[in-house]
Amino acid sequence: MFSGFMIHAWVVGTIVAIVAGVVGFFVVLRGSAFAAHAIPNGSFAGAAGAALIGINTLIGLGVFSLLSALGIGVLGRRGRHDAVTALTLVLMLALGSLFLSFSVEYAPEVYSLLFGEVLGISANEVIPTIAMAVAAVAAIAALYRPLLLSSLVPDVAAARGVSAFAMEIVFLVVVALTTTMTVPVVGTLLIFSLMIGAPAAARSFTDRPTIAICLSVALAVITIWAAIAISYKTNYPIGFFVGTISAFAYTAGRCWSALRRRQVRAHDTQATVGITA
Amino acid sequence: MSRLLAPVFQTGFFTSSPVHTALIIAAAVAVVAGPLGLFTVMRGQSFAAESLGDIGTTGGSAAFLVGVGALWGFVAVGLMAAAAMELVGIQRTRGRDLATGIVLGASLGLAALFLYLDTTVHNTTGAAVTILFGSIFAISASTIPVVIALGLSVIAILVAIHRPLLLSTVQPDLAAARGVPVRIVGAAYLAALALTIALCATTIGSLLSTALLIGPAATALRLTNRPAMAALLATLLGVAATWIGIVLAYDSFYWPPQGHGWPVSFFVVSLVFVFYLLSGLPAWRQRRQARARRPAHGPGIAEVGL
Repeated sequence: MFSGFMIHAWVVGTIVAIVAGVVGFFVVLRGSAFAAHAIPNGSFAGAAGAALIGINTLIGLGVFSLLSALGIGVLGRRGRHDAVTALTLVLMLALGSLFLSFSVEYAPEVYSLLFGEVLGISANEVIPTIAMAVAAVAAIAALYRPLLLSSLVPDVAAARGVSAFAMEIVFLVVVALTTTMTVPVVGTLLIFSLMIGAPAAARSFTDRPTIAICLSVALAVITIWAAIAISYKTNYPIGFFVGTISAFAYTAGRCWSALRRRQVRAHDTQATVGITA
Repeated sequence: MSRLLAPVFQTGFFTSSPVHTALIIAAAVAVVAGPLGLFTVMRGQSFAAESLGDIGTTGGSAAFLVGVGALWGFVAVGLMAAAAMELVGIQRTRGRDLATGIVLGASLGLAALFLYLDTTVHNTTGAAVTILFGSIFAISASTIPVVIALGLSVIAILVAIHRPLLLSTVQPDLAAARGVPVRIVGAAYLAALALTIALCATTIGSLLSTALLIGPAATALRLTNRPAMAALLATLLGVAATWIGIVLAYDSFYWPPQGHGWPVSFFVVSLVFVFYLLSGLPAWRQRRQARARRPAHGPGIAEVGL
């Protein structure tokens, strides 16, 4: 399980999980789940186009996910634009299906683009992935305080000179970067569950941002390790395990916070009873 | 006349029975999707609609695995997912996207498994593409009655609840104060949405089904404020997009690369997007005129230019 080509899968999978855990925390905090779903879908067309004209898939992924991030950011400026986000992403997907229908070897190609193929990761994908991971984490670290402020209290952030629009664009670009490196591992459709499941679960365990980020990274890493291991043993697609484990983590988080709320309430009523008695 | 139309309608277009089936199904779906899409756009539930479409992939691939029509898979799984979303809490605005996302992620995982099993058990590789991106020319004529029956049931739900639904969409607080059972109405609407998405998915594939639901409705809402007018407009736009798409896809067989048609869904989605962009033109021109008129000193540059 740890020999030869599998080493790359473990290394790349771990890096991807760390970045998805960090970036995902802000996705959940800002409530931009739809954007996190739309950008990877947009990148699908890029990957398909790159396969068609025979250039590196990563370039196609990068260009198209950047385009969708900027498109969503700019169009979303004018009022409610979830309809436009939806339309942009289906247009990208339709373009992807057109590109794929032109290329010769299309059916398995679609499948691995949409649902990932971690076991097929090669050595020359490791270096670009590490570079992008460092860039994404560095961007988040540099902008940590203003980003946190504008995600939680946009009005206060604006009053203190943090532009909400600039933050949104920067954040979407970071999501695009994360998308580009994650697609080869878990596919366009399931990045989303890695970026939402673990952070959402982490947030229901703790309220403190730094602890939540660490927990979210830990959960994401556990998710991807378990998924790779089971996928290797059973030969079933990795996306299935990533999606299922993420949903389990989230359900556990929800149960935990519901349980704690009930305990707090019970404690409160006991205290009240004690006072009135 | 027929010679004029010859470059548009390639020979055999009007006599081919797959084309007839495709035209009928596309029209039936567009008629249902138009009015329902209006509510989706007004309620800001595009993400829920998009997710129901993606989740339909799970149903379509499971149906293929057990050997029943993909439409039944779309319907069954769509209804289950709608119920799950309702339970997890789609009625609250806060955390709604998160609940939608978790259901979406889990179900796409299942879709990955089913599609994998489809290719290994049945030894066919085309299933994934058909389910995800649709292939309307491959639908058998026996599906028409089913599509029409499902369409009629959606319209029946819509007719029954359209007044309380409209009120609870536009002013939820007022609706609750007047005793409208907001949650029941919302759940009925969600069920109708799941059925409609299933119909759209058979036409243009599960991943693209949102286009037919959201696109014409969003376009119509940019052109008119009156609900009945918008419903009519959305329906007409939907029918136009699918029919022109079918004609173009039929023609594309003669376009490069030779002997290989372009996907119908690509044309339908592109047309929907173009309609949406065009509908922004009147408002854009108004804004420009207003800007040109604004300067106080003498005529604006734009007017001198004219």
